[in-house]
Amino acid sequence: MSAILRSLRQLKRYPSAIGGMIIILLLLSIAVYAIATIPYSEAIRLWRGGEDVWGESPKLAAPVWVDWFNREKMSKSIIVRSTDDAVTRELSEGGRTEFLTFPVDYQYDNFPQEIVIFLTSTYESKQPHVALKWYTPDGRDIRITEMSVKRADTYRPGQDSRLTRRLKGASAEIGLLQDPESENRQLLKGPYQLVMEIHAFEEGSHVDAKLVLHGQVSGLAGTDDRRRDLMVALLWGTPIALSFGLLAALGTSLTTMIIAAIGVWYSKWVDAAIQRITEVNMILPFLPILIMIGTLYTRSIWVILGTAIVLSIFGSGIKSYRAIFMQVKESPYIEAARAYGAGDFRIIFQYMIPRVIPMLIPQLVTAIPSFVFLEASLALLGLADPVLPTWGKIINDARSQGALFHGQYYWMLEPAVLLMLTGLGFAMLGFALDRVFNPRLRGL
Amino acid sequence: MAESTALPAPEAVSPPTPRRASALKRVLRFTGRRFLALAVTVIIGVYLTIIIANMGGAVDELRKGEIMQGIVMGVSMDPEMKQLPAAERQAIIEEMARLQEKRLGLDQPFIIRSFTFLRNALLLDLGFAENLTSDSGSRLVRAIILERLPPTLLLMGLSYLMLFIISVFFALFLSRRYGSFLDRLVVALAPTSSAPAWFYGLFLILFFAVFLGVLPYGGMVDAPPPSNKLQYALSVLRHIILPVLSVLVSAIWSSTYSWRTFFLIYSSEDYVEMAKAKGLSSRDIENRYVLRPTLPTIITNFALLLIGLWTGAIILETVFNWPGLGRLFYSAINIYDTPVIVGETVIYAYLLAVTVFVLDFIYVLVDPRVRIGGGSEAA
Repeated sequence: MSAILRSLRQLKRYPSAIGGMIIILLLLSIAVYAIATIPYSEAIRLWRGGEDVWGESPKLAAPVWVDWFNREKMSKSIIVRSTDDAVTRELSEGGRTEFLTFPVDYQYDNFPQEIVIFLTSTYESKQPHVALKWYTPDGRDIRITEMSVKRADTYRPGQDSRLTRRLKGASAEIGLLQDPESENRQLLKGPYQLVMEIHAFEEGSHVDAKLVLHGQVSGLAGTDDRRRDLMVALLWGTPIALSFGLLAALGTSLTTMIIAAIGVWYSKWVDAAIQRITEVNMILPFLPILIMIGTLYTRSIWVILGTAIVLSIFGSGIKSYRAIFMQVKESPYIEAARAYGAGDFRIIFQYMIPRVIPMLIPQLVTAIPSFVFLEASLALLGLADPVLPTWGKIINDARSQGALFHGQYYWMLEPAVLLMLTGLGFAMLGFALDRVFNPRLRGL
Repeated sequence: MAESTALPAPEAVSPPTPRRASALKRVLRFTGRRFLALAVTVIIGVYLTIIIANMGGAVDELRKGEIMQGIVMGVSMDPEMKQLPAAERQAIIEEMARLQEKRLGLDQPFIIRSFTFLRNALLLDLGFAENLTSDSGSRLVRAIILERLPPTLLLMGLSYLMLFIISVFFALFLSRRYGSFLDRLVVALAPTSSAPAWFYGLFLILFFAVFLGVLPYGGMVDAPPPSNKLQYALSVLRHIILPVLSVLVSAIWSSTYSWRTFFLIYSSEDYVEMAKAKGLSSRDIENRYVLRPTLPTIITNFALLLIGLWTGAIILETVFNWPGLGRLFYSAINIYDTPVIVGETVIYAYLLAVTVFVLDFIYVLVDPRVRIGGGSEAA
């Protein structure tokens, strides 16, 4: 054990090992942060949520940092609720009509992506009626619409063709905010107001509303076509990817080593059987079988994980371990152990396997990213776990929605960068470990 | 094992004729034995595939559902049947389904059926696809797969061959310039190979197809395909650049790195030092003292590379819309075309076995230390 620690101390001399460890630490802290801030059930709820969860976030909005590469200030989402302090509520003299004024100070350089008004009302039998009016900074007022409000209602001015006609063919998110004097649809910055005139027909009938101007950018990660904040999946993808990679790599390499040791120790038919199984397993198509299981049985990531481990145990690794154990078996200290009467199990687990652990560590570390990428590969084929948010799933969504074609590069690049970091981190550390533990490579 | 680097065994050099005859016999015996062993392995492999495919009767349920649907459709189209009362019609439908299942052998216990499946699979009688068809309109799974084989062979064959040749020669070049800037660069870049080819493919598409717009996003030829043979070839060439490039970008660094390390270890052997001391040219040393004894290892590595080739194609082809076996697999998954999925898995098992067999054979041809028919089993 102390020999291993001594070798580990040598790692300090390899800059790639330091770099790799920094990346791994970074990923680990992201994973911890994700688990600590968003509980598992919450993450699933968010990731599976539809319009009810993500109504306030824009569709396919780029992350806010695209601003850094642009001179223009991209619009962010503006949300004004009728319960906010800025919103004034006035009653008319009759007491039957209420005026709600939603102030919007629009200072961005481009138009919002979409305008949505969410309304809720309470009533017994007669729906309240609202009239919406829009006041611009230059003193114009535009009649938007009049409507009766159901208990929960959504009004999208952009889809109201009568409003579009009134705005001379411009969709609401542009028409309401443009300077009418300008030639090519210039944006008019300044304080806007939405005034909602509410006619309640019953005592105690009440209307609440929420005005949302969806921005062109949203959050540090942007959103996808289902309005979900990609940050959820990017954050939660980290612990999933790491645990998948680690469990698979650990499961595979440990079992492979133990089986190789057992085979070499008992030799004869045990060894022969293991050799034959390995040969059959080499011919079994690994990925197609995983795909078959994903298609025909279950897409649960843990079943796939188990199958991947089982199929990789009898891989080419067994042959290289066998070669090493053959040498170990002939060493004098094994003979000594046998002479004092150590049992088979004791020799295998206490004498043979510890000897080979230094070989195992680099292999284990380098195997982790390959399993992380395996999960991403399956996701790319549409066989991702349907519940869990994973990086591969984001890439698959982005690909199937033609993100690259439509210029939504962030959608593909963010998970790709995280995957790349994972790959690089573990591989850099693994390569350095290999050189430390493998004396033949030292100095090369 | 790799430590024993004895010089080529003397019998490889001595050429008396009677020995050659016995060598031929040995080769034949070895081939036969290897062939038998692999045949058994293939049978077990394919059988396992079938068991996995039909575990829990997933495939059976699908086929039964398909039979039932066909019969119900047929009955509802038949005007005579429409006259019958519902219960009677139902009875007829069930009877027909039972007969059909019996005809297809679905009423037998699974263990018997699995052997029927095995025989069919081994004879490549892979049944009919549910929805997919080949370009010529056939629904035979075998026809579909055969049609998709050449594009995969073209793409993966070209990229892996290039990868192999470039990395071996690049590594030889680097092992001569140990410690140079280029050498250290390759060592530093080696970890980037942990990402698979399709991953780099995404970036290459982003760069060459989206930003520069000089190369196509995917596919194998322009649509519509050019009628002129030469233009057709040029179009394929234009489409193949990105997928091949992504294999190279992904694998070249680690591949070169491991070859370089391997050659460096072999270049420090005593007999190489001896050759240097004799004053042989570095080219001679490389050819005779470094490459020759390492040839078997080089070929083994190439074998492992080829095994990775078959399955690596699935995702790369999906990303690049390459109309090969991998892309077929992807479309079969998307529409749950089970016969195609199972059939293709069987084909992959076959391809892997053939690869292993051919490479085993080449291996003994180039390695004089492995005595054909004798010591090879221990390897």
